[in-house]
Amino acid sequence: MKDIGIISYGANIPRTRIKIENIASVWGKDGKTISKGLGINEKSVPSVDQDTATISVEAARAALNRCNINPKDIGAVYIGSESHPYAVKPTGTIVGEAIGATPDLMVADYEFACKAGTAAIQTCTALVKGDFIKYGLAIGADTAQAAPGDALEFSASAGGAAFIIGKENVIASINHTYSYTTDTPDFWRRAERKYPSHGGRFTGAPAYFKHVTSCAKNLMEKIGTKPKDYDYAIFHQPNGKFPVKAAKILGFTMEQIKQGLMVPFIGNTYSGASLVGLASVLDVAKPGNRVFLTSYGSGAGSDAFDITITNKIKDLARKKAPTVKQMIEDKEYIDYGKYAKITDILFWE
Amino acid sequence: MVNMPKSLIFYFGSDKKMRDVAVIGIGLTKFGELWDKSFRQLITEAGSKAILDSGIEGKNIDAMYIGSMSSGRFIGQEHVGALVADASGFSHRHIPSTRVEGACASGSLAVREGFLSIASGINDVVVVGGIEKMNDVAGATATETLAMAADQEWEAFFGATFPGLYAMIAMRHMYEHGTTKKQLAQVAVKNHKNGSLNPYAQYRQEITVEHVMNASPVAYPLGLFDCSPVTDGAASIVLCAADKAKKYTDKPVKIIGSGQASDTLALHARRDICTLDSTVYAAKMAYKKANITPKQIDVAEVHDCFTIAEICAIEDLGFVKKGEGGKAIENKITTLDGSLPVNTSGGLKSKGHPVGATGVAQIVEITKQLRGEADKRQVKNARIGLAHNVGGSGATCVVHILEAV
Amino acid sequence: MKSNVPRFWREIPQRYNLLGNKCGSCDRVFFPPREACPFCRRKSIGKMKDLNLSGKGEIVTFSIIHVGPENFGGQVPYPVAVVKLEEGPQVTAQIVDCDINKVKIGMKVQSTFRRIQDDGYIGAIYYGYKFKPLR
Repeated sequence: MKDIGIISYGANIPRTRIKIENIASVWGKDGKTISKGLGINEKSVPSVDQDTATISVEAARAALNRCNINPKDIGAVYIGSESHPYAVKPTGTIVGEAIGATPDLMVADYEFACKAGTAAIQTCTALVKGDFIKYGLAIGADTAQAAPGDALEFSASAGGAAFIIGKENVIASINHTYSYTTDTPDFWRRAERKYPSHGGRFTGAPAYFKHVTSCAKNLMEKIGTKPKDYDYAIFHQPNGKFPVKAAKILGFTMEQIKQGLMVPFIGNTYSGASLVGLASVLDVAKPGNRVFLTSYGSGAGSDAFDITITNKIKDLARKKAPTVKQMIEDKEYIDYGKYAKITDILFWE
Repeated sequence: MVNMPKSLIFYFGSDKKMRDVAVIGIGLTKFGELWDKSFRQLITEAGSKAILDSGIEGKNIDAMYIGSMSSGRFIGQEHVGALVADASGFSHRHIPSTRVEGACASGSLAVREGFLSIASGINDVVVVGGIEKMNDVAGATATETLAMAADQEWEAFFGATFPGLYAMIAMRHMYEHGTTKKQLAQVAVKNHKNGSLNPYAQYRQEITVEHVMNASPVAYPLGLFDCSPVTDGAASIVLCAADKAKKYTDKPVKIIGSGQASDTLALHARRDICTLDSTVYAAKMAYKKANITPKQIDVAEVHDCFTIAEICAIEDLGFVKKGEGGKAIENKITTLDGSLPVNTSGGLKSKGHPVGATGVAQIVEITKQLRGEADKRQVKNARIGLAHNVGGSGATCVVHILEAV
Repeated sequence: MKSNVPRFWREIPQRYNLLGNKCGSCDRVFFPPREACPFCRRKSIGKMKDLNLSGKGEIVTFSIIHVGPENFGGQVPYPVAVVKLEEGPQVTAQIVDCDINKVKIGMKVQSTFRRIQDDGYIGAIYYGYKFKPLR
């Protein structure tokens, strides 16, 4: 069977950063302890003119810059996010227009907490496999919101990644994908509310860990692989501890997850999290590498992917767009006062 | 009586026979934050002063031209040509009354339209008024309205403010010609000194270079004191065919040159960011018609909406070479006792800038100078004067040259 | 609700993708696009060709805005510049991703997709071009 998979990729991470210690000191907490406990040093902050649409456009343009396809051949754009600029009016049409893929285009916006982006990849893969479209663009991006003083304030950040899915010149073939889903209310945001609510410790074992580990185990069982078969493993990363623990439970090593673990440097980019991790892996991956990705979205569910890097990755002009490492290192710091102004906390209702 | 075809087109370098036009009456309200005065009260005050000064009677008026940039947004009222004729008590005479708009050049455009209608033989006596009532709306609304002189789609939409546009002209002028912030400040200082001698001016206090350079920033390098204020006020003049003027007054002042030019709306589309080509071409047209050179100008009112605008103006009007404007201010060439006094009224900076009124108020000041009525601001032996009025960042310019008779 | 939707929707190809045009007669490039070339005039009617500009350019002049329009109020101080695009036309736009004290005439820049403004909390959002330093 012909390869179906990623033919190009791109990511976008806003330049502004705030240190976790800085946030903690405002709330009278010990920054070093919190930072260490969460495994996060600093997080990305979108500037007032950046949002999920702008991050998605920049990531998509990066993906297009790396390959040679005609944007008009992109037949679908699916964008997953928890922070679409509009509750009604898709981000996908803004991106579709900005990359020149309109008007022959299928578009819808996705929401499934932090796994909406991987859901978009599954959809594009199916549309390509069914020969409905030549190329599909799947994006996971977020400018996550967190209530002031809440634990999530230390991790909710901004960023995203875009993947062009197709059948020709595949650089990373998506061999298999599987999802594990239950109705588990660990973290949610009611319509009309500005900030999410969560179940505290309930977000751990019955939510993140149950779904991530079950999903990963089930897929590996289905296709007959073991953790040691993979060069890279990427997990959804709400903080620096959960993915490390999940890896341990499943039998993956720190070496395997290191390249895809971005949360210590930029925080949890929600729908962008596991996908920015994947982009980071693709920045350095070599032909033959095997990659295992498991996302997680509260509510709850996980999508897992078994991916093999092909020879074609050598032909991809990876240098034509910034790598995740370059974007992580291109930064400027702000303090909490500026952060409060930018993230609109002062208008909290 | 002059036999003149009904429609004549006045164009650059025309040698068609045109009648001479004179200013026979002038009137001005105080400029400032005039909470007690409405739009209608201001324009009728200025108009009646001008009519009384001119010696004409109401029945002599053939038409009215009113300059107002944005009565719609400042007082929610359009159709002000008719409104002013009505408020002035002329509706029962059903005289033609036209509102003219060209952003900050609305006043001088009204003057020019009035001038053309007499020069071409269509009217004998015309009243021109300029009026803006800017303080009835909140400051932010006034600022937003003024910004409509810029390109809304391609400048203002992206966050450029009106002071921002002139600040960009200043930055480039500093980069290309070495103009300094201090020289910009000296323009404001000079104009405040002149304004302190003008009883109609909004700001009558003198200021120092330190005041200007330490003022709160508006758009770098321009600070609060580099910018003309938001002002209420009105000005009016009565124009008359020159060969009929003596019927009404014994101190007419002749308009010997009139020029107008347009340029791209957006600053970024101009040929040269530091030059207002509209000034250059309007001035050329006026000098040619008047048959004089810039050297013969004794006194000038120029459009100093921002300090940098005066520096560009004295260059683009041909008083000094391009790039030498800053030096000219520094060397005090344009002070009241300099070789070419500029903005003896205090300019827009100190006198105030009720947008639609400014162009007409400039003619009032030049007329006073040429009549010898400028009191403490009088330039000795002023015989030829120039008024320069700009719309937006230079998309429109009107220049008039007047001569004492 | 303030609404400028049709006006700004019409300009999406310009604001998202710098779509200008080129005179088929003299090859001059225009942004925003023109119906006819001002220099070739009637010779150019029907001969204007669409052209997406690259977004690469250089700062010709700039200012730092300290007193901003109402819906840009939260962003001050911000740099606004006239940028000369490599194809010839000049545009006015904000400069981003740069220390405001480091903005210079002559700086090489590249366009980026950002949120420009909106019609208030319940109105539409307008995206378009800003420029960041070319790295």
